[in-house]
Amino acid sequence: MALKIVKGSIDRMFDKNLQDLVRGIRNHKEDEAKYISTCIDEIKQELKQDNIAVKSNAVCKLTYLQMLGYDVSWAAFNIVEVMSSSKFTYKRIGYLAASQCFHESTDVIMLTTNQIRKDLSSPNQYDTGVALTGLSCFVTPDLARDLANDIMTLMSHTKPYIRKKAVLIMYKVFLKYPESLRPAFPRMKEKLEDPDPGVQSAAVNVICELARRNPKNYLSLAPLFFKLMTSSTNNWVLIKIIKLFGALTPLEPRLGKKLIEPLTNLIHSRILLCLSSVAVLISLSSGMPNHSASIQVMKYLGLLAMSKILKTHPKSVQSHKDLILQCLDDKDESIRLRALDLLYGMVSKKNLMEIVKKLMLHVDKAEGTTYRDELLTKIIDICSQSNYQYITNFEWYISILVELTRLEGTRHGHLIASQMLDVAIRVKAIRAFAVAQMATLLDNAHLLTGNTQHNGICEVLYAAAWICGEFSEHLEDPMATLEAMLRPKVATLPGHIQAVYVQNAAKLFSTVLRGQEGAPADSKVAQETSQLLIDRLPVFVQSANLEVQERASCILQLVKYIQKLQQKDVEVAEEVTALFAGELNPVAPKAQKKVPVPEGLDLDAWINEPPSGSESEDEGRKTKTKGKAVFAKEESRHTKPRYTEVDEKELAKRREVRKAEQANNPFYIKASPSSQKVYQEAVGVEHIPVVQIDLSVPLKVPGMPMSDQYVKQEEERREKNKADRKKKDKKKRREKGRQRRGDSGPESEEDITPAHMVDIVTEEMPETALYTIPCLFPSQKSSKHKKKKQKKEEKDKKKKKHQHHHHHSDGAGDESVQNGTVEEEEPLPVSKQSPFILSTQSNPCPLDIQVCDIQGNLHDGSQVVVSVIFENKCDSFIKSMEFNVMDSLNSKLQRPEGAGPHDSLTVPFQLPPGISNEARFIFSMQSIVMPQKLKGTLTFIVKVSWSCSPQSTHIPHYPNQIEVYLSRVPNTTGVDLTIKCLLTGSNQQYLLLRHPCNICPLCMCPCPSQADQTVSIDAKCDEPGLLGNVLDEIKLTFSQC
Amino acid sequence: MIKAILIFNNHGKPRLSKFYEHYSEDTEQQIIRETFHLVSKRDENVCNFLEGGMLIGGSENKLIYRHYATLYFVFCVDSSESELGILDLIQVFVETLDKCFENVCELDLIFHVDKVHNILAEMVMGGMVLETNMNEIITQVDAQNKMEKSETFIFQSPRQDR
Repeated sequence: MALKIVKGSIDRMFDKNLQDLVRGIRNHKEDEAKYISTCIDEIKQELKQDNIAVKSNAVCKLTYLQMLGYDVSWAAFNIVEVMSSSKFTYKRIGYLAASQCFHESTDVIMLTTNQIRKDLSSPNQYDTGVALTGLSCFVTPDLARDLANDIMTLMSHTKPYIRKKAVLIMYKVFLKYPESLRPAFPRMKEKLEDPDPGVQSAAVNVICELARRNPKNYLSLAPLFFKLMTSSTNNWVLIKIIKLFGALTPLEPRLGKKLIEPLTNLIHSRILLCLSSVAVLISLSSGMPNHSASIQVMKYLGLLAMSKILKTHPKSVQSHKDLILQCLDDKDESIRLRALDLLYGMVSKKNLMEIVKKLMLHVDKAEGTTYRDELLTKIIDICSQSNYQYITNFEWYISILVELTRLEGTRHGHLIASQMLDVAIRVKAIRAFAVAQMATLLDNAHLLTGNTQHNGICEVLYAAAWICGEFSEHLEDPMATLEAMLRPKVATLPGHIQAVYVQNAAKLFSTVLRGQEGAPADSKVAQETSQLLIDRLPVFVQSANLEVQERASCILQLVKYIQKLQQKDVEVAEEVTALFAGELNPVAPKAQKKVPVPEGLDLDAWINEPPSGSESEDEGRKTKTKGKAVFAKEESRHTKPRYTEVDEKELAKRREVRKAEQANNPFYIKASPSSQKVYQEAVGVEHIPVVQIDLSVPLKVPGMPMSDQYVKQEEERREKNKADRKKKDKKKRREKGRQRRGDSGPESEEDITPAHMVDIVTEEMPETALYTIPCLFPSQKSSKHKKKKQKKEEKDKKKKKHQHHHHHSDGAGDESVQNGTVEEEEPLPVSKQSPFILSTQSNPCPLDIQVCDIQGNLHDGSQVVVSVIFENKCDSFIKSMEFNVMDSLNSKLQRPEGAGPHDSLTVPFQLPPGISNEARFIFSMQSIVMPQKLKGTLTFIVKVSWSCSPQSTHIPHYPNQIEVYLSRVPNTTGVDLTIKCLLTGSNQQYLLLRHPCNICPLCMCPCPSQADQTVSIDAKCDEPGLLGNVLDEIKLTFSQC
Repeated sequence: MIKAILIFNNHGKPRLSKFYEHYSEDTEQQIIRETFHLVSKRDENVCNFLEGGMLIGGSENKLIYRHYATLYFVFCVDSSESELGILDLIQVFVETLDKCFENVCELDLIFHVDKVHNILAEMVMGGMVLETNMNEIITQVDAQNKMEKSETFIFQSPRQDR
């Protein structure tokens, strides 16, 4: 025995320790793997020995090898052995190895429970510490459950060193064994006030992590944290607490107020963020090259902070646009990415082109696909946000999209494709241009698909082919495009794209036929076209893709048949065209629910009775099971009820699947909340043909348009508009001899006019006419401090844009439906490009809208009730009115709970002809100091009697002008105030008297002594801004009456 | 939470890797390689933050790193950590190493990776920051080393007797 020990010791002297191993590896650079495998063999030998020192040395080396990527899980048991050594040295090695390579599925972990428990209760604080550290890395649910109590005891250990470790590890225990949270929480809370700062910081750490997952539950701790925040000097703790408050404040608004008050110097998160962004701005502007690294750090943090501020206070960030644009040129990718994020929030109609142009430059320069893809998605995001709100020229946008297709190897082909489709469908004016561009794309398809077949960019061909097919009437040379689509190379494209090609080839074919049969001399050409299809389609018939094959063979047969007819000189164009007849209109997600349910149709009724246990079925089953054992009968009895159940479930499931499918299908009406009605078919959607055409013909490569030209165009157009408007303004002014406030300002956002309109509109229906009426509510609002508010409402006097859709008469009912949209939009230039502008002035707007009253809510000073009178001035019934006002920074339309920020409010009545009614809308306001203009939309359906000719749906825009001025007139008591409201309608003036709220920081003493035509007003107010605005308002009001 | 702490040199050779979430050995190596790739191509005077590592990344996480002579110190953290705080922590870590090894250099880390682990264990535990006070860290590390030494002495003397 003694000999053996001696032998062991001698062996040990020759053993490699960690340093030797590392040295060895460094000396065997050539055959490192081989050397390491011999070392592992040695380690295996060492592990077999009894000597714990040898073992621990081996385990130590294994830990190193693990870092180099070698799997050492086979030694798990030896690691446990080393962990259980009584010597701290070995124990530490063992726990380190365990923390590096144990995980939840390591089976020997369960052997460690008792060992760890022993170590936790060891008198030596470092044994305990090392066990806690190790455990924090490999704790499993079982270990957490078994050891939770021991660890909880350690939380009140005498040594702070142990306490802080125990507190920290509790977070891991909570994660693995959530039941422990409840009993441990009180003690955790105690630790927040532990005398030792380390323990305190650990407890804050844990609670912050917990609160991040579910902030609500930790609101009650806010006062405690509040105290900590004011007393602690540890930056770590402060940062954590601020982060925690950041999560809590949204839940408890009062907290925010409380935080700001006493601690301006110490940090409400938002203040801190502001500070850091200020720091960045300083560093950005000074831009010193020297300490650039730390400046870069600050830049990054500043941008990060700004993106947080952007969410709540976009205005304050927007003013730093130039600086952020500068950051786009930064050499540091992290900073550029952050700046990109910010851009999203700061585009406007004016600067969109400029910003995108800049981004396009970056796209060209960018190395590395990640950043480039990021740029691409950002460009599209920026342009398409809020229904293309900022795009004024869609030709420009299409060119941008086309330019983007030239990016090699981007993953976002489908994104570009869906944008192309979206724009082409919704912006009718752009179709001709889009089709021309798409034809070019198809022509140059080889450039896109080029080298790599898995190139994501070929997705755009999908869009291109579809657009060319669907709107083929705009094609200049459909024949050429048809040929381009049928080139043999197309067969290398992905299946779904080929399918679109084939189908759209058929559409193009019909267009070609129609074009050529008109001129009888060309009938030969028509026949050639058929021949072309017959020649080229067989490639697709052989396709491995089922969809392609099916469509191709179908169309091939069709063309063959047509060819036969052509040879007999039969005119077929019309019939072929009929295959793809019908215009495609964009459909709003909510449109479906506007379709009234026809009388006598019960959507809930079964179409086919669900298979209940009908007798015949039952019998059938019995006969089937007959002849089997007695059990069979019982079985059938069991299955009967289950069957119906399964059916119902299945039905529901299928319905779900179908719904999901429809939701993903851009050509379907999206599922609406009132799912029941969705089943109804939308006729308009049905005959949207999805056709594809393939042509393989050598193509000319016309120059692709450059988006830059549009920037220039746009500028010129704007200049012109401005000039025009100025002229007009001057005229108006002279006529009226009076100045309008709105005209005098500098060019505002609203003055920029879009060249094309998007068919956006939320409540649009297929087959309806729709028109737009603008209305504007400027309003000024009352504040929490119970100030009296002064408001001004003003109708947009500018020209309105109209949207008009063809009115389809399907003769099915005796009513047709018009769908109206009142939109607060900027004035539209009457440009030839836009088909949406109605030039007829025949009909007045059917709805008259007047704001009759604005009133502060007495119970809650920050609310304003706006009463609106709707008057139906036409002969038709108006119904389904929906009212929506875009939330602005300062004001918010109050919507019922659960409604999204963009949902509209249903006006709770319908209007028979000639009737008016009043509706109230509540706005919550942030600040009343500045007058505000609100923009909103009102959508409604006008029932028009069937005799109406489609032309009558051209409804011109008749802008309502309403101006509401509110001023305040105190009555005799001096405390009680009366508001005098002067409302200038188109022809009427009203005076409204209101009793306002009791205490008001604003007092005015106008003495409207009408006798001598002078009015003097004394005003007192603790807010100069408010007062100034109010007085201006009053001056204006009086000057106009 | 800190998701991982990596130290590697200018050539991407790992000098220390500590993952607070489990990954297989292969994935760990891949993460180290990817991180090295991301970090090493950045200029000296750009900011110390980096997003977009695929494996350990996710949109939630970011890499915060510092480059000292031949070594990169990289912390992968989620959104609950403050960027500047972590930068500071890296500094504390390096200064502590410097104190413990007396003028630390890459070789110290190469040959004494276990000691580096022990020091780190006093600063970060299971992905959460345990201690940021350098003196406190050094006190604890020294105390443990002392204990280890005394044990080695007891252990070695009988062996030498034989």
